Amino acid sequence: MSGKIFAYILHRQGVADDTALELLSAAKKIDPKASVTALVAGSGDSLEKVVRQISPLFSEVWKIDHDSLSYVIAETVRPMLARIIPKGSIILVPHEHFGMDLAPGLSIKLDFAFVSDAIDFEEIMDRKIKLTREEFTGQVSTHVSCDISQGAVISVRAGAFKPAESPTYGGKIVDKTSEALEGGIPGKSRRYLEVIEAEVGDVDITKSDILVSVGRGIEDQDNIDIIHELAEAIGGDVSCSRPIVDAKWLDKSRQVGTSGKTVKPRVYIALGISGSFQHLGGIKGAPFIVAVNKNPKAPIFQVADVGIVADILELVPELTQKIQDMKS
Amino acid sequence: MEILVCIKRVPDTAENEIEVNRDGTDIERDDLVYSVNEWDNYAVEEAIQIRDKVGGNVTVVSVGDENEEEVVRREMAMGADQGILLCDDVFEGSDGKGIATILKAEVEKGKFDLILTGAQADDGAGQVGGMLAAMLDWPFASLVNKIDVIDDKKICVGREIAGGNQEMNEMDLPCVLSIQTGINEPRYVGIRGIRKVASVKIPVHSAGDLGLSADKVGKAVAGVNRLDYFVPAPGEGAEMLEGSTDEILDKLVEILKSKGGIK
Repeated sequence: MSGKIFAYILHRQGVADDTALELLSAAKKIDPKASVTALVAGSGDSLEKVVRQISPLFSEVWKIDHDSLSYVIAETVRPMLARIIPKGSIILVPHEHFGMDLAPGLSIKLDFAFVSDAIDFEEIMDRKIKLTREEFTGQVSTHVSCDISQGAVISVRAGAFKPAESPTYGGKIVDKTSEALEGGIPGKSRRYLEVIEAEVGDVDITKSDILVSVGRGIEDQDNIDIIHELAEAIGGDVSCSRPIVDAKWLDKSRQVGTSGKTVKPRVYIALGISGSFQHLGGIKGAPFIVAVNKNPKAPIFQVADVGIVADILELVPELTQKIQDMKS
Repeated sequence: MEILVCIKRVPDTAENEIEVNRDGTDIERDDLVYSVNEWDNYAVEEAIQIRDKVGGNVTVVSVGDENEEEVVRREMAMGADQGILLCDDVFEGSDGKGIATILKAEVEKGKFDLILTGAQADDGAGQVGGMLAAMLDWPFASLVNKIDVIDDKKICVGREIAGGNQEMNEMDLPCVLSIQTGINEPRYVGIRGIRKVASVKIPVHSAGDLGLSADKVGKAVAGVNRLDYFVPAPGEGAEMLEGSTDEILDKLVEILKSKGGIK
């Protein structure tokens, strides 16, 4: 292919995010011979640290260094990127909260095609790239064709590509700041105020070694008790998936997932949880996973060690009873 | 405040097993239970609450065929003041950019201060809100889980970021926000509510009404096309426990004990 491939680098406190090397792998899947350019925006010392960290990994690093980017807001950086990205490029962006802010609008500003949450890439043919994504919370997959003749913005699921193994390209650092600022400092219509840290709950599920985790399959707030009873019987803590917190049936501090807590228990019992990638993204340390779900096609069964197709409302009380009998 | 909420009718994944049809061109749509996209329902509730606080109007809009009417009506029963359907054969096969283009044309016919979408729908793309904002040159924020109206010129917006943290922003109106679930508790809509709005006329706007044609929207200009649906070859997957409930539970207790899952 003729256009450049860019990887947008997220960073915090002077350290590049894990997705940096994943995007590099994704770019190599699109074109094994590609020289991949890192795009990184920020300000001052913390930006310099990130640039030093990633420059050996990429062929080139394009940096935008400006005070208005001390906390990077998509509304500020998007117009800057639109000024510096050449026509016909492919821009890879991590599919998470910042990428969701940045990427769709960037494709419009550049008049590029846009595909979100890609999990795999196939060959480029006739200026079209074929990629894989999921629909219906991971119940089915699709192949998508994306016309890259004008260029494309593609957001890539975190964890879908193995990080590239310590590549060394000795990247050239190119300062794009003045070009990015031509026409003024954008994004004044959305102003960053602060980040409010998550509240600490009564139980710290990030430290639990056994988690009894409940999802939508519980159906009603009154049924949550059966989960507490099971957790007590086996000596674990109760956690949950997002719909339970949305319904305010359990505290946000009990939510496992990319928008909740990252947990690393020894045993994880998923009850009535379908297993969206956002939920699975919060389970680390390869625990032993038991899944109970009514739907035999629930994605959770792909990652679980042991699965049972059953209604948790029936199975859980019986399991609790069995464990209590065994203990007494 | 004039608020527009963009909604979509989708198969309810909590109620359905989604299966691919025989030739992989679509999912099996017979017998599916459809409802309003869950994220969109939170967006409509939020719009209604803002209107009730500061005054104004809530309009719900949906792009699609005549089947969309049931979800538009449902959200009107919930409390939206009016509904609009954007419906035309020309729209078929539109990609995300096409849908955003159709919505932009409708937005420009009105005078809106705030546009809400769900953070994502059944295809998990989460793209239309951000595209629409960029086309209108309005500011945008995704994954919004809090909105406070400051005055008729600006709002304070909380976004859900990693680890359960919340990023606060001040934004000028007009703007576009994509709404995350959990921002509120959507009210229940009963049969009586639906009956009340059953005879309200919902205007249908065609491509012609919106000044659109096949060179701007639809299949022919879509840069992104779905080629097929498939079920990925299963990995090793879980060891499925089968038998009578008693046998299953005995096996499960045995396994849990051996893995340190019972203290």
